[in-house]
Amino acid sequence: MADKKIRILIAKPGLDGHDRGAKVIARTLRDAGYEVIYTGLRQSPEQIVAAAISEDVDAIGISVLSGAHGYLFPRIIELLKEQNATDILLFGGGIIPDDDIPALKEAGVAEIFTPGAPLADITNFLSSRYAS
Amino acid sequence: MPHKEQPDFQDLLARGQEGDRRAIGRMISRVEASGVADHVMMQQLWAHIGRARVVGITGPPGAGKSTMTDRMVKYWRKKDYRVGVIAVDPSSPFTGGAILGDRVRMNDLALDTGVYIRSMSTRGQLGGLSLACSGAVSVLDACGYDPILIETVGVGQSEVAVMNVADLVLVVSVPGLGDDIQAIKAGILEIGDVFAVNKADLPGADRTARELHIMLSMNPELSADLPPILMLSAEQNKGVEELCESVEERFSLMQNSQELIMRRNRRLEKELMAYIQNRLYKQVLSPALANDSFESNVEAFRTNKRNPYTWAENILKQIQIEGSTP
Repeated sequence: MADKKIRILIAKPGLDGHDRGAKVIARTLRDAGYEVIYTGLRQSPEQIVAAAISEDVDAIGISVLSGAHGYLFPRIIELLKEQNATDILLFGGGIIPDDDIPALKEAGVAEIFTPGAPLADITNFLSSRYAS
Repeated sequence: MPHKEQPDFQDLLARGQEGDRRAIGRMISRVEASGVADHVMMQQLWAHIGRARVVGITGPPGAGKSTMTDRMVKYWRKKDYRVGVIAVDPSSPFTGGAILGDRVRMNDLALDTGVYIRSMSTRGQLGGLSLACSGAVSVLDACGYDPILIETVGVGQSEVAVMNVADLVLVVSVPGLGDDIQAIKAGILEIGDVFAVNKADLPGADRTARELHIMLSMNPELSADLPPILMLSAEQNKGVEELCESVEERFSLMQNSQELIMRRNRRLEKELMAYIQNRLYKQVLSPALANDSFESNVEAFRTNKRNPYTWAENILKQIQIEGSTP
């Protein structure tokens, strides 16, 4: 059972159609050796969680630029709880005011990366979680 | 570090057979982690498999395989089949990482509980599939999915591994790949049971179909029973129904002619050989190499202090393949 690969679902929930950031993250994680399941734009939290469960991922990363983070993150956490799947880590990034971050973490989001965060912060965060 | 509990495989199988997609996901991850389904898994799966029709979908990158897969799933869903999908994308030869993007074209299937989609990376395999693919098919088969669609990576000319996992192979081409359909003419042209010319709304589609027809007609073995060539536009959902009907028809033909049984026997043989090779490598060869590895000797080989073939023979001696003269 040596070859356990870490699988990460990258998705873009909600209605804003700007997925450049999500693609950069997907590419970065690929280069760091992760298997990235990229599901693309305009995903509902229900679709994201259903895909994460079928794909048996270790983590979900979402990008939110629309200002709907206060709904989308907690909703995904809630759905993961319903599915008894809280071992799946949720992290994300986007335009999220610093003041909103504590509440998201309180809700169960593992980490939030805001604009300007170096890509290495994200890979370091993941490698500290999944050190082999 | 998040902790995943490890329920036993039998448990997972029972849950998977009730449609629990999390359990199915876990089983496939276990298959992937050990390379191929191990004997403990296969002994449990064995009694439950052999019912699913397994369709391989292969063709060059960008031919529309994912979109076609999405539309074909919808066709069989309308007929109330529970459909399994395994979508394979390449892994990086340098980092082992991968971007698995086939779901982008299948997003509205995510909430359909009658569909299970799994993205897999090739994990270094070169034949267009991953090693674990056939184990994943067994898991889905045992959980009652039928048909099971396997979408290969975008292939060139020689990635034919899908024929060892699927019952029937659908080769997808598109207009504009070159005069003589260069991209598919050699290896993969020979493994198609059904051919699809996707993006048939684009100029040149008729010619692509015609050239396929000419090439297939030149094979004397096929002359009596030429594989169907269908034109469609998956994006516009035109011609998908006819394509799926054609696939179903091929299946009944294969069933009636015993061809399906022959193919499945061949598949099983390949699977067992792969299983034995995998175990031999892991349990016999790997430990021997761990004691006396290539890496630790490479400098000695280069400077002529040790002969690499003497080293190779020593390894073989250790695993008791002595005096082997191939």
